Amino acid sequence: MRILIIVFLLTMASLSAAFAQQIPGNKETVEIGLSTDTIAITSGFRGTDLTVFGAFDNADPLIQRQGRYDIVVILQGPERNFVVRRKDRFFGVWVNSESVTFQHIPASYSLASTRSLQDIAVPKTFAQLALGVNNIFYEPMPDGFGSSASLREFTTELPRLKLKQNLYSQRPGDVQFLSSTLFRATLSLPANVPVGKHVARAFLFRNGEFLRESSTSLNIVKAGLEYRIYKAAHENSLLYGLFAVFLAVFTGWMGRLMFRKD
Amino acid sequence: MGSGSELGIYLPIAEISVNIFVLFGMGAAVGFLSGMFGVGGGFLITPLLIFYNIPPAVAVATGANQVIASSFTGALTHFKRGSLDVKLGTLLVIGGIAGAGVGIYVFVLLRELGQLDLIVSLLYVIFLSTIGGLMLVESIKSMRRTKAGQLATLKKPGQHNWVHRLPFKMRFRASKIYVSIIPVLVLGAAIGFLSSIMGVGGGFIMVPAMIYLLKVPTNVVIGTSLYQIVFVTAFTTVMQATTNQSVDIVLAFLLMSGGVIGAQYGTRIGQKLRGEQLRALLATLVLAVGLRLAIELFVTPDDLYSIAIALTAPAAS
Repeated sequence: MRILIIVFLLTMASLSAAFAQQIPGNKETVEIGLSTDTIAITSGFRGTDLTVFGAFDNADPLIQRQGRYDIVVILQGPERNFVVRRKDRFFGVWVNSESVTFQHIPASYSLASTRSLQDIAVPKTFAQLALGVNNIFYEPMPDGFGSSASLREFTTELPRLKLKQNLYSQRPGDVQFLSSTLFRATLSLPANVPVGKHVARAFLFRNGEFLRESSTSLNIVKAGLEYRIYKAAHENSLLYGLFAVFLAVFTGWMGRLMFRKD
Repeated sequence: MGSGSELGIYLPIAEISVNIFVLFGMGAAVGFLSGMFGVGGGFLITPLLIFYNIPPAVAVATGANQVIASSFTGALTHFKRGSLDVKLGTLLVIGGIAGAGVGIYVFVLLRELGQLDLIVSLLYVIFLSTIGGLMLVESIKSMRRTKAGQLATLKKPGQHNWVHRLPFKMRFRASKIYVSIIPVLVLGAAIGFLSSIMGVGGGFIMVPAMIYLLKVPTNVVIGTSLYQIVFVTAFTTVMQATTNQSVDIVLAFLLMSGGVIGAQYGTRIGQKLRGEQLRALLATLVLAVGLRLAIELFVTPDDLYSIAIALTAPAAS
């Protein structure tokens, strides 16, 4: 299965004029668009690539020929609070012991870039933009951790676990220029992609210097019977529970009727 | 994770794809065993679901839901036959609901602390190895007795014990007993607690406790125990649904429909086969499941770190 989000080329004229006034000399603009603001995922969803098209205007032809424009596109899922736990041995049994709770962490994060990040700009630039899996601000809850040493330890584990679950991904080389003004970014929507509001952002770099960004949002919803059941369980939990009891009683009773010998 | 092919079905609450026939078969196999031995089977379903990568919180809540189906038909049969003490059963239900309420509270607390999976596994290891061990010893003894030509009978319980000296006595006509309501409520509460934390009906504790502690005659024990289980697991299901949203009705329905069919055949086979060998077989199975769970507690996990959505405000550790 492959969801293809098709082009939506926006007319850049008015926007680029506004930008040009703000930052004189940098008149390049970047804009991304999605053909839809909602993606419905069915229960059989096994993950897919999401293709985002974007427009890049007013480029300096000389710099463009030298290939010194770079674009980084990210798709960031809704923010949640996460707890990272470490298991330790107690009398031979593995027990969750230490934990650190983080807040406002993107539940998913997919990044695509024209080249690998270290070839685009110096690490400091990405750190300032909080761009990239290792630069996301992993903010601990004020009372969510023990010591600063454990905070450091768990802060490196969080992105590792997210990468392992395929919820975070970095795809250098997956932003491609299709023409001098059109580019395509291929992002990952993993099978376990969280539902909710996702934000797509495109960052434009020239000679390793960040110029500007543009963003758009995308709502990911789940469709199908299974998701309606999930929603019912969370939104009408009392009714759901009563129905679960009724279903069990009914199934038991039906079984009795079907197999009764008398 | 799951083996999702064409036969795959997505479980909305467990949030994984599973093979529809594996779960139906699991329900049928456990239903077969429960029909054969007259046990609820909840204590086998929950660990099997955990082995099949269903999150323990979902396995426990769904286990309780699944138990209602088999217990309801049993309770109905006993009610029609009159082999059910409604008064005693209702008191057990009152205790059971209180115990299940506390159990749900502990369940939520353990989940927040990240210790639920461990405690569920530990409780299962303790109960499965104890029950399995006792059953195995008992069935081997009775096999020896049968060989020696004696009648295989259960040990006759003594006439009176400390339970009968407690105050607040009440007369239960159907059971023909005059007993304090304290042990009745406490027993009900203990079963309710286990029902909410382990996702079991609790018949495997209730039946011997009623016979040996309360001296309830064996003809009303099963019916009364099933009566209590229906109401307490129903209460637990609703509580789990409202507090943890962890009851998976798709999963429960697959297990129940398999279970209902399996139980019918189990009952028929069980009537034809010899009791002691069957009990020894069930005991071995129970011990094996317990052992498998125990091993998992000691084996070094692939990844020492885990990540989960933080449920509430953190407790710094």
